[in-house]
Amino acid sequence: MAWTWFHRLGSPRWFYEKTQSWLPWLGLVSVGLLITGAVWGLGFAPIDAKQGNSYRIISIHVPAAAVSMAGYYVMAIAGAVGLIWKMKLAHIVMKSAAPIGAVLTFLGLVTGAVWGKPTWGTWWVWDARITSMLLLLFLYLGVIALQEAYQSEDTANKASAILALVGTVNIPIIYKSVDWWFTLHQPATLKLTSESSIHPSMAYPLIIMILGYYCFYAWTLIMYTRSEIVHREKRTRWVQDLAAKAA
Amino acid sequence: MATEMSFQFNSLSEFWYMAGHGPYVWGCYLVTAMLLIYLVVMPLMRHRRFLKQQGRQRRLRERNVKSDVLRSAAAGD
Repeated sequence: MAWTWFHRLGSPRWFYEKTQSWLPWLGLVSVGLLITGAVWGLGFAPIDAKQGNSYRIISIHVPAAAVSMAGYYVMAIAGAVGLIWKMKLAHIVMKSAAPIGAVLTFLGLVTGAVWGKPTWGTWWVWDARITSMLLLLFLYLGVIALQEAYQSEDTANKASAILALVGTVNIPIIYKSVDWWFTLHQPATLKLTSESSIHPSMAYPLIIMILGYYCFYAWTLIMYTRSEIVHREKRTRWVQDLAAKAA
Repeated sequence: MATEMSFQFNSLSEFWYMAGHGPYVWGCYLVTAMLLIYLVVMPLMRHRRFLKQQGRQRRLRERNVKSDVLRSAAAGD
């Protein structure tokens, strides 16, 4: 009996109905955090002594990159759960995590390139951090492509879950790349285990933005998952009833 | 908070220009805002459009079944 919650969690309908009321709150919290963090980081955080105003990009660059990596674990773990327990909802979450992760990785790369121009004097270098982030983008795109490549939903689920799992090797490499190789990219300034090398007046808006991005991630992941649920469950009675109400 | 919080620029045009870094900083924020909005709008639209389309198809099917019944009744089957 202790496992009933696990089975219920695997039910797309239960998830769909449960999350309906969460969406406005999650949306409100994420938009609130993102706007607060952005205004603070853009206008009120002090100017950087070395990089000038260009460092203000940090409040959108670091969170996008951090959540794109965390989101990869979400996708890979969902894929593993789907493979092992054949849980429908897990496959749906895995598929939904891919486009969000791809957009966030892309944002990390673009904001990094634009930040690099005034700071390093170049848009792009083929160094370890940036190249492994580019690989992350390709892994996300690969999962999206595999989902579309097969007629059979089951084969598509398995193939993309395996790609997602293999790709997890890349995450610790991205994380450690700035310590393992000589690189232009600056090492982490915000640390959990030791003292951060960033001044609190600059760190607070960044922390708010990171929290905002995580909430935003949860919000959009739920929305993508709900949309995929009605697609995959279109033949069930409860989705048919929803459709009758919507039309 | 230990640090004093104040607006770091003397005027809005200075805020916009950011001592030459304006295009880089504002460009990044613009791209980010657009893509984040895309991530919210996309699933909502796809969700709504699909349910509507399913509902319309179902209604059409029901109407066809009804008219088939009427036609066969008229033909005296």
